[in-house]
Amino acid sequence: MFENIRLAFQGILAHKMRSLLTMLGIIIGIGSIIAIVSTIQGTNDQLREQLIGSGNNTVRVTLGSGGESYDMDMSSSLAGVHPVSDATIERILALDTVDRVTCYTNRVLWETAVYYKDRSMMTANISGVDDQYFDTLGYRIRTGREFLQGDYDHFAKVVVLDQIASDALFKGEDPLGKTIEIYKNPFTVIGVVYQPSNFESDIEDIEDYQLMNDGESTGMLFIPKASWPILFKYDEPENVIVKASDTDAMTKAGQRTAKILNSTITVENPSVTYEAEDLLGDLKNKQKMQNATNIQLMWIAGISLLVGGIGVMNIMLVSVTERTSEIGLKKAIGARKSSILWQFLTEASVLTSLGGVLGVAAGVVMARIINLATGIPVGINWLAAIIAVFFSMGIGIIFGLIPSIQASNLDPIDALRRE
Amino acid sequence: MSLVLKLDHIYKDYITPKLVVPVLHDVCLHVEEGEYVAIMGPSGSGKSTLMNIIGCLDRPTKGTYELNGVNVLNKDDKTMADIRLNNLGFVFQNFELLSRQTALANVELPLVYAGVRKRERIQRAKQALTRVGLEDRINFTPAQLSGGQKQRVAIARAMVNHPRLLLADEPTGALDSRSSTALMELFEELNREGVTIVMITHSPEIASYAKRVCNIFDGILTERTDSDRTRIEAAGGSNR
Repeated sequence: MFENIRLAFQGILAHKMRSLLTMLGIIIGIGSIIAIVSTIQGTNDQLREQLIGSGNNTVRVTLGSGGESYDMDMSSSLAGVHPVSDATIERILALDTVDRVTCYTNRVLWETAVYYKDRSMMTANISGVDDQYFDTLGYRIRTGREFLQGDYDHFAKVVVLDQIASDALFKGEDPLGKTIEIYKNPFTVIGVVYQPSNFESDIEDIEDYQLMNDGESTGMLFIPKASWPILFKYDEPENVIVKASDTDAMTKAGQRTAKILNSTITVENPSVTYEAEDLLGDLKNKQKMQNATNIQLMWIAGISLLVGGIGVMNIMLVSVTERTSEIGLKKAIGARKSSILWQFLTEASVLTSLGGVLGVAAGVVMARIINLATGIPVGINWLAAIIAVFFSMGIGIIFGLIPSIQASNLDPIDALRRE
Repeated sequence: MSLVLKLDHIYKDYITPKLVVPVLHDVCLHVEEGEYVAIMGPSGSGKSTLMNIIGCLDRPTKGTYELNGVNVLNKDDKTMADIRLNNLGFVFQNFELLSRQTALANVELPLVYAGVRKRERIQRAKQALTRVGLEDRINFTPAQLSGGQKQRVAIARAMVNHPRLLLADEPTGALDSRSSTALMELFEELNREGVTIVMITHSPEIASYAKRVCNIFDGILTERTDSDRTRIEAAGGSNR
């Protein structure tokens, strides 16, 4: 075996130009596939980061009606849906896919709802949050502080802003300690929070997906949950955010949480239910769409491999003809058919494996060039690279088979006579 | 003395779609261990066919052939290959060396097929090359060797497996007369050491080196009598 591999390398080196040209088809084919796979990988990684966020793994479970999020109008509460009880939270936390839970009420505020001096915000999003909210969603304090237990106990009129809201209202002024008006109620700003951003995107065609994920494009105001009735008068249905134990558990965590929440509500309209967003599912669908085109490209690259394989077969046939007397001699001195077969199969697969290795190198280079030229993210998938090399070895075996069988079947008498 | 070769009533016909060409006709040849036999005949006499049959490369149409007391005619291809590997050493007219391999690698080749380990292979190949006087040429490729040296490499390759029979097909056909003489001396030496040799040649002069000469003509093998032998030797001797 080693002897065969050594001989194969010797043969390849003896005909450098011919071997290189023979390998070219394989190099191009494997190179293209590796470049495409790298692009797919890079795009998928980026999509995943954008949609799911790196390491956050939070899933929103929101009250909805027939697929739309439930419209919380100002005038009435929704009968049968109560704030989430501590017992329910315990049940959700007991799920092995869930690490943390936070409940919040949420409304969209339109112009004229929020003022600082004479400045207002076009739109804002206000949430009444519990003490788990900021930690669960990965918010960090930029300045000031979070809510303390006292704020909840005393229904304190305090507000935490996000960076967008802070910028919109204060335009660079220090917001801490300032009083803003929300529906004519004075609230003191005690802190500004931000979410470390994962959205440094340069993919242009999934802008819609960014928008889907981030409520942050409108400013966010947070008040203690206990203070919510100051503004809105009654307890409202709450939405829930769970933090899944890991990214792959997100879908399951969301669905189970929704199930638990749905068991607590009693509404007349059966279409009103808690529903979990399925970021992972969305991601998979999106990836599928992206990949469909790339897979077509792979087929085209596959044709190049086929052509490469035929090239290998052709050159192996030539090689068998050229080396007829060598084969005859080997058989005469006692080589079995199988020895000759293996010799030529080894030679073909060493040739194509080498082509595969060079192809992977070419593919990596191509991927980098694509990345530099177009900005499409690439991620080298080493598993794919290893598979590619073995695949090209397989091509060598398949396309080397006919020439090798031909060689092993040569009649030593004819083979020696032919000069 | 045991019989190495035992060919009895060998017939060989080449069958083409149009006609049947008889090549060998009732050939009988017994060779004992330690013998040195030359088979002499002009081209077209069937000597190459006989050589192929003796070399287990071809099968006769009819007849029996025992090599070392083993009937080799009812064996499959794989077994035939093993018989060639273990019992026969081939020397060809045009050497048939692998041109890109060193002399050592060429001599190692049968040992590779015999599954001998690398270290032992090298050792035995070196021994064989030393035996033919090429110990200082082991890393030369055939292109760097003279014709006579190439044929010596081929003989080393043939002998490396210690075969029961050395089969030489026109071994001097591509050599000048000086190299031919040297080669024949090597053959005589090997024979003195007990190697059984069957040599095929068209040249009476070369045949005269053998202890026993057979003629083949139109597919019929005849043993040469002593009187023939002296006559040939006289004729050959004057040329030398």
